[in-house]
Amino acid sequence: MLKSFPSGGVHPPEFKLTAGLQIRQLPVPALVTIPVSQHIGAPAAVLVKKGDNVKTGQLIASVTGFVSSNIHSSVSGTVNKIDTVTDTTGYKQTAVFIDASGDDWMETIDRSSSLVREIKASQAEIIEKCKESGIVGLGGATFPSHVKLSVPKGKKCEVLIINGVECEPYLTSDHRLMLEKGEEVLTGVSILMKALGVEKAMIGIENNKKDAVSHLGKLSSGYKGITVHALKVKYPQGAEKQLIKALTGREVPSGHLPVDVGAVVHNVGTAFAVYEAVQKNKPLFERVVTITGKSLSNPGNYLVRVGTPLKNLIEAAGGQPEDTGKIISGGPMMGKAIPGDGVPVVKGTSGIVLFPQPDSVRNAVNPCIRCAKCTFACPMNLEPFLLATLSAKGMFERAENEKITDCMECGSCSYTCPAARPLLDYIRLGKSTVIKLARQKNLK
Amino acid sequence: MSSTVIITIISLTLLAIVSAVILYFVAQKFKIFEDPRIDDVQAVLPAANCGGCGFAGCRNFAEALVGAENFDGLNCPVGGNAVMSQVAVILGKTAVQVDPKVAVLLCNGSPEFRPRTSKYDGVEDCRIQHSLYSGETDCSYGCLGNGDCVRACQFDAMYMDQKTLLPVIIDDKCVSCGACVKACPRNLIELRKKAKKDRKIYVACSNCDKGGPAKKACSVACIGCSKCFKVCEFGAITIKNNLAYIDAAKCTFCRKCVTECPTNSILEINFPPRKEKTAAVAETIAN
Amino acid sequence: MSNPLNISPSPHIHTTETTRKLMSGVIIALVPAVISSVLFFGAGAAIVMSTAIISCVAFEYLIQRFILGKPVSITDGSAVVTGLLLGLNLPSNIPVLSIVMGSLVAIGVAKMTFGGLGNNPFNPALVGRVFMLISFPVQMTTWPVPKGFSTGYTDAVTGATPLALIKEGLKNGESLSQLMNNVPETIDMILGKMGGSIGEVSALALLIGLVYMLFKKIITWHIPVSVIGSLMGFTAILWLINPEAYASPVFHLLSGGLLLGAIFMATDYVTSPMSAVGMIIYGCGIGLLTAVIRIWGAYPEGVSFAILIMNAFVPLMNAYIKPKKFGEEVKNG
Repeated sequence: MLKSFPSGGVHPPEFKLTAGLQIRQLPVPALVTIPVSQHIGAPAAVLVKKGDNVKTGQLIASVTGFVSSNIHSSVSGTVNKIDTVTDTTGYKQTAVFIDASGDDWMETIDRSSSLVREIKASQAEIIEKCKESGIVGLGGATFPSHVKLSVPKGKKCEVLIINGVECEPYLTSDHRLMLEKGEEVLTGVSILMKALGVEKAMIGIENNKKDAVSHLGKLSSGYKGITVHALKVKYPQGAEKQLIKALTGREVPSGHLPVDVGAVVHNVGTAFAVYEAVQKNKPLFERVVTITGKSLSNPGNYLVRVGTPLKNLIEAAGGQPEDTGKIISGGPMMGKAIPGDGVPVVKGTSGIVLFPQPDSVRNAVNPCIRCAKCTFACPMNLEPFLLATLSAKGMFERAENEKITDCMECGSCSYTCPAARPLLDYIRLGKSTVIKLARQKNLK
Repeated sequence: MSSTVIITIISLTLLAIVSAVILYFVAQKFKIFEDPRIDDVQAVLPAANCGGCGFAGCRNFAEALVGAENFDGLNCPVGGNAVMSQVAVILGKTAVQVDPKVAVLLCNGSPEFRPRTSKYDGVEDCRIQHSLYSGETDCSYGCLGNGDCVRACQFDAMYMDQKTLLPVIIDDKCVSCGACVKACPRNLIELRKKAKKDRKIYVACSNCDKGGPAKKACSVACIGCSKCFKVCEFGAITIKNNLAYIDAAKCTFCRKCVTECPTNSILEINFPPRKEKTAAVAETIAN
Repeated sequence: MSNPLNISPSPHIHTTETTRKLMSGVIIALVPAVISSVLFFGAGAAIVMSTAIISCVAFEYLIQRFILGKPVSITDGSAVVTGLLLGLNLPSNIPVLSIVMGSLVAIGVAKMTFGGLGNNPFNPALVGRVFMLISFPVQMTTWPVPKGFSTGYTDAVTGATPLALIKEGLKNGESLSQLMNNVPETIDMILGKMGGSIGEVSALALLIGLVYMLFKKIITWHIPVSVIGSLMGFTAILWLINPEAYASPVFHLLSGGLLLGAIFMATDYVTSPMSAVGMIIYGCGIGLLTAVIRIWGAYPEGVSFAILIMNAFVPLMNAYIKPKKFGEEVKNG
């Protein structure tokens, strides 16, 4: 019996079209637009100006405040301007525009491909290195990793959990990384274990990636304290709280953090980035991105420089199909539909999915038949039909009492509703309003 | 009469008397003293309970009026000066004459001027679309056209124009309660001073982008060129964040700014047509 | 770039399940019961079912289009299901006019007045049936006996249902073992060769429908299992105490409208609770009330009333019985 989270969840068709395709390097683009906010927390402060020459891996924007992250140039060339670009938030954000010429890396970066297993850095040095290198959660949440690694006083971390689940349909970047860079990933996990001061790490992988399970399983025998676990294929198996429950049996209490049950979760991509940062002195400026879709002629997994316009990635995949109706950054369950291909790839871009027109429009909405399928599907055991109605009617106080803030916006409810009701649209509205009202109350 | 009937009548009468006495004493014990003037004031208020005064309903406002030293900051926009004078008479205070206002939409981005570059397929709700992305056009400040304001209006003073995809405010019905102002997630509606003949002059734009991107997104956007500011002899115009704003208190309706604006971003409403050729250039919205 | 892209909030994919597919699934699950009803009761059964379905759909169309002025939604299949279930709850010789009036009450009073699909607190088919029971007591308690396929309609031969036999007999002081000789054999009760409404007689057909609906995930096990389990459990206790005064749980399971009620009527989405614990309490309430009405009440059959009574408690259950949330902190004293 494979481990899994106990209740809720849905099983959308997997469409892992690119699971067998090796990671390829996407050519360095001619122009990159690097947003200064690619993470949760305060945007980074720009350090360069128009006309400055930069090298690949050079710091171009720095941390502002405790929860923030450094931004590094992903190309070598000249800064064209500091202007705005539309990114996945749907709005224009400040970005550094760089005209690329050549690919001159910072001399401090170790470009050799040999595996470095010995971890010379101390616990404090590792955390500092993560901060320096601009490491953020690469699963999509983009929370600054050095903050997550700094366990607050009074709390203790007992186990590191590595998220290799990749439960979203279509996405395969984590899968390929585990297959092709297994040793580096495991070394990264060991580094994270040292940073947290734990002896035990559990890697969770969904059972539709049996080759990754066996590959990492075999390799892990050479690493102390790391175990690999196959998990049932169910969405959202990779959600933080659900993953902790499946692997350790512990439930993170409502309103609390994973560290309160002694667990810290990191994505496999983050573990790999930490390896490169600590062992190779390489900051985070490129990542593996899946470009996929039913109508694409050449889908694949590419190593892409941050700031590359989506256009380049789509061209490499054979060009935008005629019938494209939607472009999604991320997976189809939680990703964001973007309005154009000028949007740049950022640290949190795990994949780009192109939908043909018929798949891009929603079904017509019907009245709620009170079938309770949404309640059975919710992994947090909430009542989506109730939360959506309360939010739509503006009854935010009652929504707060019904724990609308526990919702992690996974989309299982909207996915499973036979009447195609826009449940998550309203729940998101209610959640953000409740949080805003709570903040206003605290300020008074 | 039979004994049953007599006993029934007596027992029911006794029951009634005892209940009446109990109710009387209970009513006296739990009586709340209320200033009788609150009822009088409430009677002259419009009973719309719209919240335009800033209080939760007309009764609440009446209580506030009775308890207040003077009428500073207290005004019923629905009833207007007529109602406030009546209240002043009841309470023996002086009513402050407040200029009536009307709601105005600071956006003129219909599909004719502001091309649509994407198609929104989510719930028809402005707050939801606003939190998702900039909208179906390249102007991230402009009206989304889903009608949150129209739904918020309790006085039937708004409707969505199906051709311009912008909300229309019916001046005669608007009581400037402010519900639409609160409903708009982009703060596009402003309560401006109501002039005679319902005339208005305002910058029908809220775009704070620099001139280039603003004009590219919408042909009637304000590009922040400051020509209006330079031509206004009354200092009614301010430019902030690439956007011009006309102060209704200082504006004398000379209409020089309307002519001067290169993108026709400033609208003049309910004015007679001009004799000069440039009149054809100025936009008017049909009632 | 070709056409403008579509933008909507996530999720961007959706299950293939729709309201209409769920309703069609229920209709398919009822096909064995429809077939058995025609096999045992002949043309009368066909007339009753088609009249009920046509009237329900027609009334929904007329009310939505002309009285309410709302868009017509008869294509979602819910009126068809209401009509079919109403028909299956009736005797095969009930006059057409009664069925039409019952349909009017089912759709017009029990469904449309509350706001249409999704808003009604009471099961519309059962409200229609109970209305007919109270308005046409004689026709609604005269049950044709199955005589194989016949073309007769209102001229069918009638007889008492097993439940009515037992109830009358016990009232007259006869012993249960004596009475049990007059009721059909258990195998006949499973197949459906007994008196009763056209849909309730064949336990086998209904159970096939249950398996189909569970397999297609149209319903969950909670309600049918708790209704059947609580009824059988309660009657088992009484039967063990005094087998001469109380019929066996198997008899109670196979007679009357219990299986039809447990599988198709109580599991109606709109009128049943929305949490697993709520569904089980609801089911147990129905089972117990059915037993109480059958044994001590004035009517020989109590499923319809039991379900309608429990429907009234559903909003209360939805308000107070909530699923235990993930990470819910248990309040310590």
